[in-house]
Amino acid sequence: MDYQLTELQQEIRDIARRIAEEKIKPVRAQYDQDGNFPWDIVKVCADADLFAVFLPEAYGGLGGGIMELVVATEELSRACGGIALCLAASALGTIPIVLFGTDEQKQKYLPDLAAGKKLAAFALTEPAAGSDASAIQTTATKDGDHYVLNGLKQWITNGGEAETYVVITMTDKSKGARGASALIVEKGMDGFEFGKKEDKMGIRGSTTRELIFRDCRVPKENLLGREGMGFMVAMKTFDMSRPGVAAQALGIAQGALDEAVNYARQREQFGHPIISFQGIQFKLAEMAMRVEAARTLIYAVARSIDAGDTKCAKESAMCKTFASDVAMYVTTEAVQVLGGYGYMREYPVEKMMRDAKITQIYEGTNEIQRSVIATNLIKEYASHKRPAAAKVR
Amino acid sequence: MGIRIIEGKCTGCTLCVRACPFAAITMAEKLAVIGPECTLCGACVPVCTFDAIELIVEQRKPVDTAKYRNVWVVAEQKRGAVQSVTYELIGAGRELARKRGSELHVVLMGHGMDGAAEELIARGADVVHSMDHPAFAEYQDEPYSRVLCRLINKHKPEIVLCGATAIGRSLIPRVAVQINTGLTADCTGLEIDADGGLMQIRPAFGGNIMATILTPNHRPQMATVRHKVMKEAKPDPTRKGKIIAIEPRKEDAYIRAKVVDFVEEIESTVNLAEADIIVSGGRGLGTPDGFQLIEKLALALGGAVGSSRAAVDAGWIPYSHQVGQTGKTVCPKLYVACGISGQIQHLVGMQSSDTIVAINKDRDAPIFTVADYGIVGDLYRVIPALVDRLNQR
Amino acid sequence: MKVVVCIKQVPDTTNVRINPETNTLIREGVESICNPFDEYALEEALRIKERLEGEPVTTIAVTMGPPQAEAVLRQALAIGIDEAILLSDRAFAGSDTWATSYALSRMIDKIGDVDIVLCGKQAIDGDTAQVGPGIAVHLGFPQITFVKRIEEITPKKIRAERMMEEGYQVVESRLPVVLTVVKEINEPRLPSIRGKMRAKKAEIPTWTAADLDANKEYLGLNGSPTVVHKIYAPERKKDGQIIEGEPTDVAIELVSELKRLSLV
Repeated sequence: MDYQLTELQQEIRDIARRIAEEKIKPVRAQYDQDGNFPWDIVKVCADADLFAVFLPEAYGGLGGGIMELVVATEELSRACGGIALCLAASALGTIPIVLFGTDEQKQKYLPDLAAGKKLAAFALTEPAAGSDASAIQTTATKDGDHYVLNGLKQWITNGGEAETYVVITMTDKSKGARGASALIVEKGMDGFEFGKKEDKMGIRGSTTRELIFRDCRVPKENLLGREGMGFMVAMKTFDMSRPGVAAQALGIAQGALDEAVNYARQREQFGHPIISFQGIQFKLAEMAMRVEAARTLIYAVARSIDAGDTKCAKESAMCKTFASDVAMYVTTEAVQVLGGYGYMREYPVEKMMRDAKITQIYEGTNEIQRSVIATNLIKEYASHKRPAAAKVR
Repeated sequence: MGIRIIEGKCTGCTLCVRACPFAAITMAEKLAVIGPECTLCGACVPVCTFDAIELIVEQRKPVDTAKYRNVWVVAEQKRGAVQSVTYELIGAGRELARKRGSELHVVLMGHGMDGAAEELIARGADVVHSMDHPAFAEYQDEPYSRVLCRLINKHKPEIVLCGATAIGRSLIPRVAVQINTGLTADCTGLEIDADGGLMQIRPAFGGNIMATILTPNHRPQMATVRHKVMKEAKPDPTRKGKIIAIEPRKEDAYIRAKVVDFVEEIESTVNLAEADIIVSGGRGLGTPDGFQLIEKLALALGGAVGSSRAAVDAGWIPYSHQVGQTGKTVCPKLYVACGISGQIQHLVGMQSSDTIVAINKDRDAPIFTVADYGIVGDLYRVIPALVDRLNQR
Repeated sequence: MKVVVCIKQVPDTTNVRINPETNTLIREGVESICNPFDEYALEEALRIKERLEGEPVTTIAVTMGPPQAEAVLRQALAIGIDEAILLSDRAFAGSDTWATSYALSRMIDKIGDVDIVLCGKQAIDGDTAQVGPGIAVHLGFPQITFVKRIEEITPKKIRAERMMEEGYQVVESRLPVVLTVVKEINEPRLPSIRGKMRAKKAEIPTWTAADLDANKEYLGLNGSPTVVHKIYAPERKKDGQIIEGEPTDVAIELVSELKRLSLV
């Protein structure tokens, strides 16, 4: 099927696909094993302009939007969800600056991020604040021209490798959810350190670390938006980035589907390639259907966001939830199709299954997403914006 | 100059379409149209029963071919030692000279080549033109081509042969252009046709097609031949011949691209695409250690190590060794496939090899359909026996 | 400084086959690609420009071919080559390496003030490796073939390593010079998205035979001393033989066969 991609989107897809095939596939198993940060791949992607796809031209970007980010992320994830995450997580840390930054802040940070010279990261989660984001305890106290940060952020992707961090902290605890602010913190600032690298089940091609703030002084110019806007910055950022996470899950699923179909065509049992058995055919058909449905939903949401639609929070939550569930399903089934070989680390599908799991958890667990969807449904039907049930004639 | 369809005569019968070896003719509204793939080979002209195709060819001024006589071989020497490819060319050249009823001359340029000229005569040269001079010790493009052009212009040989080596492929193309004649590279066969011309037979398109080339109107007819294609001439110390010393001229030393050093480098991994002999291992090895056996056999044969995709995917050997549709296409003189079943994806990469030997436990393995010599057996017993036998000699 | 890279569009030769019944080329499904060795030449041109930072260097990709050969020129532009020119004319049809190198040399002469001409070692359809040296002679330039590394480059001279079978020569030459490169020389870069978008929009001029100051006698089939007399499919293998027996006996028989075929 023709996905009606624009010229720019097609170029992005072609380049990302080439990088996935020629550069990422040969090294993914090694990075999965060692857990080292794939700087060489990051450089290749940067040289190909992949970091710039969703950023405004005025700041060194290609002028695309979320759909462009989706296409790039999907193609890279097809080869390795972990390595692709290095770019996607950098996008997550960059979007707040695009949405809420002043012109000075954009001029200062965006060009290097667009060129892939520096990476970004987004820091909200803490040991005691996951789904309950409002429970964050990192504080930023105003002291003259600076904010002084104290606290701990946990499980931050690109932590330690990125230069530019958007950190959500409490500037006024008394105001509760309205007392948080977003600050841009740079690697190397006094009092900003990193914890150990986490040893993960999957997406091991990406790096996850704690961020430790001990009286870290951040200039007040680094405040994004105004004090008290912290959670709004986070929510609006997630609304934009959710299709990107979904695209990562979609790419992982597609990669697993590719492996399963290719294997089934070659593997012979009982004198026939196993793809000729209806049992396998039905499995593959189900996998393919779900991948296609996920793709269609993600593309629709991404295009809506780019068209300026601000009312797609529900669909955004849907596409992330659906795609990640699809990824888990498809990768598990892919292991099953490959049978004993699927269980062996020599073959890529067991890694894909391990990679897929996180997509159901981060960027808002699928349980939270379902809550969000339900809440939106309630609001919609309560305000009569939806047609009442059709009257039976 | 060119080719054209005479519209008034063309009836759209499409006979020419089928006759064209380059698929260059299509039909447009019942008229033949000759496309850019046309090489003016003229195959369509006699086929057209309506005389609707006109080929206008004006050859450039042909030379008086009767003035040219004798077969020449340009010897290759390195640090005073004549290379065996020269003896192979003498073997082939003698046969051509015999058919033409003429002499075989050898050109030898170098320094410190004691006894080399005598050996060349013993191998079959009637005359050796010898230049022994310090400036010619190391091969350099300009002095060598200058002298060779001078000799050819003076003596007017009918045929000039040279090894298709690094030196030959740098030297002879220069000479051919300088003296305004045709050159065919990498010939695998040389014969004399009914008109006394040299038929230069060579593979093209990576070995998938054979071509016979002629140089009808220019002399000498020049050809390069790869090492190990022809059989070496055996020395006969009783043979008699003449050695003519070439006088160096002052301008021979004039040089713009000068060799300032030579660095020896015996590569431990032979370039697979260029290797004359390849020993490949596949899934039938059972374990990655099996490649140690493959390496032993490759060493004994003086060849490179290749692999099927299965072994590469299993991580037993790097992708650079992979032969097949998604790896390298090779066309060596000898390809030994060990424990490789011969799936079509592998065959596509090696089936044009000159001689194929297959060792496999499975009598029905597809590899045996392309093997010249098939050994049904346990490679862990057969290969050691082969290595022993080869090392005995 | 001007660096000209001569590139060629070739069929993806792993897929080219002859229909054995009609002895005709099967062209369906055969993709056209940029000659792989030329990709290394293009990359080296970009690296030379990067190394000579401070010098004004213009890189120019040229190809002689039918109109669709323009695609490889766009590939060159997409990785950062400054300019591209297509040389295309029915008059060039049937050119062998003599006529091809002549036409390209006239083109380079017309471009003028060219310091370095880069070519890939050989084209994977013809496999001759003759055009590079041919261009050098037609232009009267020195050459360095099979370059695997450029040790030093200045606007006046170059020192390069030329790959031989058992090692390499170190060759020093003044400019202008013709270089042919082997795959060991570099790792070609991927195009960037910006590069590809720019290449799509670029205007690529086409030169014809009339644009060259060339002797018509030396162009195309006219100008080609060699002619293709016949093309045919290589001989199908006769049925192979199975060698049976104890491994030691099998080894003896196989080795004697290999000896007979001069393979050992």
